[in-house]
Amino acid sequence: MKKMIHLKINNIPVTVPEGTTILQAAKTANIEIPSLCYLKDVNCIGACRVCVVEIVGRRGLVASCVYPVEEGMEVLTNTPLVRSSRKTTIELILSTHHKKCLSCVRGNNCELQKLAYDYAIDEDRFKGEEPIYKIDDSAPYVVRDNNKCIQCLRCVSTCDKVQTVGAIGQIRRGFDVHVGSPFEIGLGATSCVGCGQCIVSCPVGALYERSNIDEIWDAISDPKKKVVFFTAPSIAATLGECFGMPVGTNVENKMVQAIKMLGDVSVFNMNVTADLTIMEEANELLERLKSDKPLPMFTSCCPGWIKFCEHNYPELLPNLSTCKSPQGMFGALLKSYYCQKNNIDPKDLYVVSVIPCTAKKFETSRPELSNAGIPDVDVAITTRELSRMIKGAGIAFKDLEGAEFDNPFAIASGAGALFGATGGVMEAALRTAACLIDGTNEKLEFMDVRGTSGIKEATYRIAGTEVNVCVASGLGNARKVIEMIQSGEKNYLFVEIMACPGGCVNGGGQPVQSDSVRNYSELKAKRASVLYHADKEGELRLSHENPVMTMLYDEYFEAPGKAKAHSLLHTHYTPRNKF
Amino acid sequence: MDNENRPVFRGTPKQERELKKVIEKHKNQPGGLMPTLQEAQGIYGYLPYEVQKMIAEGLGVPLSEVYGVATFYSQFSLTPKGEHRISVCLGTACYVKGADKILAAIEERLGIKTGECTPDGLFSIESCRCLGACGLAPVMTVDGEVYGKCTPESAVKVIESYLSKEV
Repeated sequence: MKKMIHLKINNIPVTVPEGTTILQAAKTANIEIPSLCYLKDVNCIGACRVCVVEIVGRRGLVASCVYPVEEGMEVLTNTPLVRSSRKTTIELILSTHHKKCLSCVRGNNCELQKLAYDYAIDEDRFKGEEPIYKIDDSAPYVVRDNNKCIQCLRCVSTCDKVQTVGAIGQIRRGFDVHVGSPFEIGLGATSCVGCGQCIVSCPVGALYERSNIDEIWDAISDPKKKVVFFTAPSIAATLGECFGMPVGTNVENKMVQAIKMLGDVSVFNMNVTADLTIMEEANELLERLKSDKPLPMFTSCCPGWIKFCEHNYPELLPNLSTCKSPQGMFGALLKSYYCQKNNIDPKDLYVVSVIPCTAKKFETSRPELSNAGIPDVDVAITTRELSRMIKGAGIAFKDLEGAEFDNPFAIASGAGALFGATGGVMEAALRTAACLIDGTNEKLEFMDVRGTSGIKEATYRIAGTEVNVCVASGLGNARKVIEMIQSGEKNYLFVEIMACPGGCVNGGGQPVQSDSVRNYSELKAKRASVLYHADKEGELRLSHENPVMTMLYDEYFEAPGKAKAHSLLHTHYTPRNKF
Repeated sequence: MDNENRPVFRGTPKQERELKKVIEKHKNQPGGLMPTLQEAQGIYGYLPYEVQKMIAEGLGVPLSEVYGVATFYSQFSLTPKGEHRISVCLGTACYVKGADKILAAIEERLGIKTGECTPDGLFSIESCRCLGACGLAPVMTVDGEVYGKCTPESAVKVIESYLSKEV
């Protein structure tokens, strides 16, 4: 039990545990101290100086995000000195900021713009030299515009500390200081895995995904093209946020209708190929247990994790499940089975996947995921890009009544929906594996692998055997788990890894929530609850009971792991350099 | 400096063995990056991509961090030094006596800027702050040899004398 500290903030008595910062303590008195660099559990460096406060009896101001509370302390967060200091700081930040706000991707939710408004600043008070940086668009997923960067270093901390990727860092000093890749080689040439967590941590518009919206509009208006969309499980759980709906609102039907209103397109449910992944992956796990193939088996649905493994742990590539990601499987399925069935030339089928992820933009460019030069998935767009298309089309999203996914890829199990949350793939696989081995389907909920903690372990008895499993989200946690496995400290049969903390609901392609949401609410858990709720309410909760699976295996694939399934639904990996 | 325009790396196996020893020495030491970079610069004369990569791999730190430190401190150099290292003092006494004109003359004669190295690897130019020889201002050094009371013309002659030694 930590010692409790009593203090006053703006004369409001506050009691908090020892070690709490002034900024955190103030929130308990319903005071949100503004900040541009502080991000809970990610970045706590006192760099931006916006969070300064006065302490009675002390000279000067202190940065409340790093200053711990003391017994009897009296803090003032809203004095003339504090206000004028914050105002000057924001004006100085703006003196070198490229104020191209009208078309900025963060125009409607920029943290700097909000503060500029709140503090009624003059953006032209300090006229100085504005350095011009070349925009780094060398990577097919993340674009960096340093002309808007404010040096908060949230992206650097996220990349280095949370993800342990370290692809970017602060370069040079003084007026020349900027964030970038070593030797300015461009993000695309580094070991960046494309998770996009830097984008969702950026307070301004310095980081954003490489947008593919224009290509999609072109395809929609091309009479020769048949355009199909499919949406990942977590999109329905987050898209509403882009339209001002509360976090944790399920908008599946509105989303489907909105996409159908974009043009003459079909909309499919990616949870179907999540189910297909389970069919193949559960089968692969059972095969591995019977043979001498390497264990533990690692999941392969997350392309950020795959690229991380290729760069950092090439020796573990044989342990990765050979299953393509649900996106990869869907692309292959559409350009083969679906085209054949509907007499469409694969060249004329334009496949758009809507994903919560920027790494999947890189995945679509992998040569393994194409056939005779035709990519399985033509473009992958993020939740944010989809919302922009819907807004651009003038669709009153919130007022839509809703529509259903199109056949033949409409029906999916609740297990498939769980893919969007950390532990979800594991739970879905365990449900099916338990049934396939035991022949029963009594156990449906595997609570130990749920929740937003970074590393979760569990042991289940399946067919009389103890099965140790582990679930990690966030690549720093993945690294910890791998180190424990490699040192022999832990022994697992099956490990699920998602690159983004909390899984896809918190993906790098999801709506950007401000620091005040990320610091003070359970964003990941609220979003994930949509998926667990959908699973619980649905009738179909087992992947292998999905009638679409029966149809696909009867008509096309025969059985999991068979030749056709293997050539279309499985893949291989490439070792990459560490730097 | 972008990837394509990097000068060719001419490190020797002996230098690499020395660097490995340095890395081993600082490997598990907190804050070991800075002394490693200093000693690496002592071995190679500068800190090129290849050297920084060996340090990142050896110490187990991201290359971005190594590059960040190497570009933060002005004492670290990312460009190679010439066989003959020219240093022109820009301290107060030398400056008022026209050191900037000496530097400009040398830059013009060699066709490179301060901080750079001639393509044949013979000369590099740098500036320094006060050699403690203000009585001889303006002062320059070549390979540590001090030349005082320079004029732009005499400075260029000194450079040319090194050039003629090479032929």
